[in-house]
Amino acid sequence: MATMNMLQAVNNALITAMNDDEKVMVFGEDVGHFGGVFRATSNLQQTFGKGRCFNTPLTEQGIIGFATGLASQGSVPVAEIQFADYIFPAFDQIVNETAKFRYRSGGQFSCGTLTIRTPYGGGIAGGLYHSQSPEAFFAHVPGLKVVIPRNPYQAKGLLLASIRDDNPVLFMEPKRLYRASVGEVPEEDYQLPLGKADIVKEGTDITLLAWGAQVEIIEKAAAMAQEQGISCEVIDLQSILPWDIETVCSSVEKTGRLLINHEAPLTAGFASEIAASVQEKCFLHLESPICRVCGLDTPYPLAHEKEYMPDHLKTFEAIKRTVNF
Amino acid sequence: MKDRNHLANIGLVHQVNVIENGLIDIPMLQVLQPDGTLHPQAELPTITQQLGLKVLQTMQYVRLLDERMVAAQRQGRISFYLACTGEEASTVASAAALEPQDMIMSQYREQGALAYRGFTSKEFMDQMFSNQNELNKGRQMPIHYGSKPLNFMTISSPLGTQIPQASGYAYGQKMAGLEAVTICYFGEGAASEGDFHAGLNMAAVLSCPVIFFCRNNGYAISTPSEEQFKGDGIASRGLGYGVRTIRVDGNDVLAVYAATQTARELALAHQCPVLIEAMTYRLAAHSTSDDPTSYRSKDEEGSWQLKDPVTRFKTWMQSKGWLDEKHNLAFIEQTRQDILKELKLAEQVPVCPIEQIIEDVYDTPPWHLKAQLAELKTHIDMYPEAYPKTSGRS
Repeated sequence: MATMNMLQAVNNALITAMNDDEKVMVFGEDVGHFGGVFRATSNLQQTFGKGRCFNTPLTEQGIIGFATGLASQGSVPVAEIQFADYIFPAFDQIVNETAKFRYRSGGQFSCGTLTIRTPYGGGIAGGLYHSQSPEAFFAHVPGLKVVIPRNPYQAKGLLLASIRDDNPVLFMEPKRLYRASVGEVPEEDYQLPLGKADIVKEGTDITLLAWGAQVEIIEKAAAMAQEQGISCEVIDLQSILPWDIETVCSSVEKTGRLLINHEAPLTAGFASEIAASVQEKCFLHLESPICRVCGLDTPYPLAHEKEYMPDHLKTFEAIKRTVNF
Repeated sequence: MKDRNHLANIGLVHQVNVIENGLIDIPMLQVLQPDGTLHPQAELPTITQQLGLKVLQTMQYVRLLDERMVAAQRQGRISFYLACTGEEASTVASAAALEPQDMIMSQYREQGALAYRGFTSKEFMDQMFSNQNELNKGRQMPIHYGSKPLNFMTISSPLGTQIPQASGYAYGQKMAGLEAVTICYFGEGAASEGDFHAGLNMAAVLSCPVIFFCRNNGYAISTPSEEQFKGDGIASRGLGYGVRTIRVDGNDVLAVYAATQTARELALAHQCPVLIEAMTYRLAAHSTSDDPTSYRSKDEEGSWQLKDPVTRFKTWMQSKGWLDEKHNLAFIEQTRQDILKELKLAEQVPVCPIEQIIEDVYDTPPWHLKAQLAELKTHIDMYPEAYPKTSGRS
């Protein structure tokens, strides 16, 4: 075990993958010699050469188009989009090309080896264009997997699993935790399963569900609720698509209540999909309406960032409302 | 790290200098004149009688296929078709200059390249009738071919998306140490898409052995090229991106063959992209959903009929004494019969069973797709008459 922050864990996962398979190639804007604007790709070019870790021109649609073609050739690309806010020029490539590559060719061709890494989320004074959480857009696209880690241990294990998974994976990294989240990470190779949620803390009165940086927010709210005698079960969804309905529904059947927290705006966020599915499966177990604590339906504001965020206090109040419904 | 100075090679001026005409003369390679005679100064590429016959027969084949399938669409037997009439030389002769291991990433009017690779009438028909024999499992509209064994990437409808993908594919070929290139076909209209610029720039910067083959056929559906771009065609853009560029008469088999052969040699020798702009004309409608009489004149079409690439090359083959007329007529008759026979067979073949609707979304179907399929099958069983293609089959 070694103590790492999330960036070091991502970097360590990339080194592990590149050592393990010479077909793994890492590229994007500034990821080469510089090592990426957050330093997630530090020393990769120096270690593995310019052929396997390189800068690309500043073109997100080009990066994903290139990566999709490269994957279909048999390489294992790990493409970086510098900020999730800038992924939209590549939306057509991801939605119409990457995600449909296997289906449209009847399985003859595939770009399943592709992994797209991108930092997402707020809390860093990034304003409108360095703070967004666009996971719901991609959760609407058959053929993609969407994965989000909450800490360094999950980041390494889930990233290695994403790189080796034979489906295109959008791996979204909570940049607020890049340096803030520190933990023990095995130095050896390991993977965590995709499509599986993780029960972070067991409880009996209400299920709290989040992913990425919001997991620590609901944990904090759960600790506050505990002091008031409310026992919360805390679940990290980890995979947004496909998502682990079984773990979530088992928990809700036990607690009878569900609160979902995400940073992205409320309307048509992924919490809506979860709420719809859970009420269908667990209708007779529910003691109260499923509750969503999310970002506002505004662009991500700079000056009002703190007010915008679905923080532990908003979550704590929502827990009390739901339990006392 | 070495110090860099990006001004090092720039000269100075001391008055405001506006470049009003930055165009340079980009000539067009022509070997055969429109009448099919060899241009007096032209350098003839190395071509055997056997290769010449294969190219001619493939061009004749796709013309027959196009005629038959446009008619089949008019009869309501298939929903859609897209002919390549007038552009056969561009796609067939370029494919002839490649090796089988080279990947072809096409737009949608390159059936000539696919036929040259050996795609059969049966395979064409299975695709157009989206039946269960189709290599892509009948998931896309007619003409969206794809064949892994023939290294012909499955076509997608969005325009230009294959251009950066071709750069990436070629980069992978280079990194794997393969003696292979990727050819990427597209039209002059698609070259307005952002993906064109992204793809060419990335290929140049990252040294990808890819041939970008633009069919400049004068129209993007109804939009003429003068409403598509202001510069000198597509070739001038290659120069802007630092890409080796060739402009060629796209209706001249020998010129297209020579240009593509050179492009392939350059791409492999220098591990670099090459752009070919083939000047041609879409004698056909854009698709069976299009009516060109509303945007161009019969006289204009007539002037291009005189430059017909099939006639031009056939005349040259005859002048060489390489074409047996009787044999060729028999080939045409036989081909016509084969196409019709395969059409009739393919339209009788059922579509894939319903279970395949969830296959290939992922490597294995996840829980939610399995649940949705189970629900769908129960529903189909309740209303079998409403779903005649799939009910009662599993």
